[in-house]
Amino acid sequence: MYRIENYVFPSSLEEACRLLNGDLRGSAVLGGGCWLRLGRRHLRNAVDISRLGLDGIEEKEGWLELGAGVTLRRLETDLAVTGRFGGILGRSVSSIVGVQFRNMVTVGGTVYARLGFSDLITTLLSLDARVVFYRAGEMGLGEYLASNGCPGDILTAVRIPDDGRQAAYESLRRSRTDFPVLAVAVSRLGEDWRVSVGARPFVAARAERAEACLSRGGGADQAGELAAQELRFGSNLRAGEDYRRKLAAVLVRRAAQTLERGGEGCEG
Amino acid sequence: MRVNITVNGILYQREIPCDTMLLDFVRQCGFMSVKRGCDTGNCGLCTVWVEDVPVLSCSYPAARADGKRVTTLEGVQEEAESLGRCMARQGAEQCGYCSPGFIMAVLAMARELDNPTDEEIAHYLEGNLCRCTGYASQMRAIRAWMKERRGEGEP
Repeated sequence: MYRIENYVFPSSLEEACRLLNGDLRGSAVLGGGCWLRLGRRHLRNAVDISRLGLDGIEEKEGWLELGAGVTLRRLETDLAVTGRFGGILGRSVSSIVGVQFRNMVTVGGTVYARLGFSDLITTLLSLDARVVFYRAGEMGLGEYLASNGCPGDILTAVRIPDDGRQAAYESLRRSRTDFPVLAVAVSRLGEDWRVSVGARPFVAARAERAEACLSRGGGADQAGELAAQELRFGSNLRAGEDYRRKLAAVLVRRAAQTLERGGEGCEG
Repeated sequence: MRVNITVNGILYQREIPCDTMLLDFVRQCGFMSVKRGCDTGNCGLCTVWVEDVPVLSCSYPAARADGKRVTTLEGVQEEAESLGRCMARQGAEQCGYCSPGFIMAVLAMARELDNPTDEEIAHYLEGNLCRCTGYASQMRAIRAWMKERRGEGEP
């Protein structure tokens, strides 16, 4: 468990950033705090941003904006979220531990940490999400995942184009509430497709050859095979590299087929 | 650091180490129904409500609860008793260690979901592990309790 010397509720994002940058190695922002708590860090400053009003869900000029403090549970229950993108945001997080846990874990804490096993990051990447930092400003989620991160900065929101994109989610778990062995999100806006594969066990990445295949009508089978070929997979205690690669072909195919049939809840 | 936390309607003003978890705080206040299980946020044994929202007290910093209202099993005794009676009748509490967290989760579910299906009940309670019952008796108990609440069953 972590140790904390000073627990601070900053009154503004500016103050929070100042606290962080005053002692970058000894400070951390507390989102939900569930992952951080499992580590052994000795924090001189725990900067709790839960009182900065970052927990809004807003529909803004063609975007759905999720404040960094929005909990995963709200992605399952808030109608502004469940009514969009085929309800994928709520569904993709619904197997994460239990309701009590999801009442604590935040969108911002999950995305900022760029966790490889994240169901949410996999989904957001398939929806062309963008991340907003207090100092660094806005950037694509993919760009953030590929960067060295934003130490000393604070993620304030995640923005998703509210463009009517439909999406489907597939994951395999060794038990219902465990981390995923592999997570796949596929989205579609007309003939514009996105394929995102996470828990490889590396952080989610787009499978662009699979996307191009789907866009030109190459079909779900071929897209699955391409995703399995083009992405890098690895081994950990949940599964080996070869197994994950084979699984990717299956899950990408299934998710793409769901969208070819018209989305979640539609029979072929 | 100094915190002011209202637990089951009583204000507790305490000086605590900054890394105190809410689980330890409420137990130090005498609310011993709250149990430590996995201590990693997985088993649901330590479930309490903060502002009526169920959370895992093993992973919730007590500092974050400063100024807030916390409810443990001791704060919902009447409802807990009726559910506990249904659990006893159905053999749904064996060693009993998970029961306080389980009951807090079921009561939260009853506030959140209107007449849930078995599938919805099972999904809502996935975060509450029990190593004795196999869950079938718990499901029977919940169904009986919900029926009783709707005035359809024997008290």
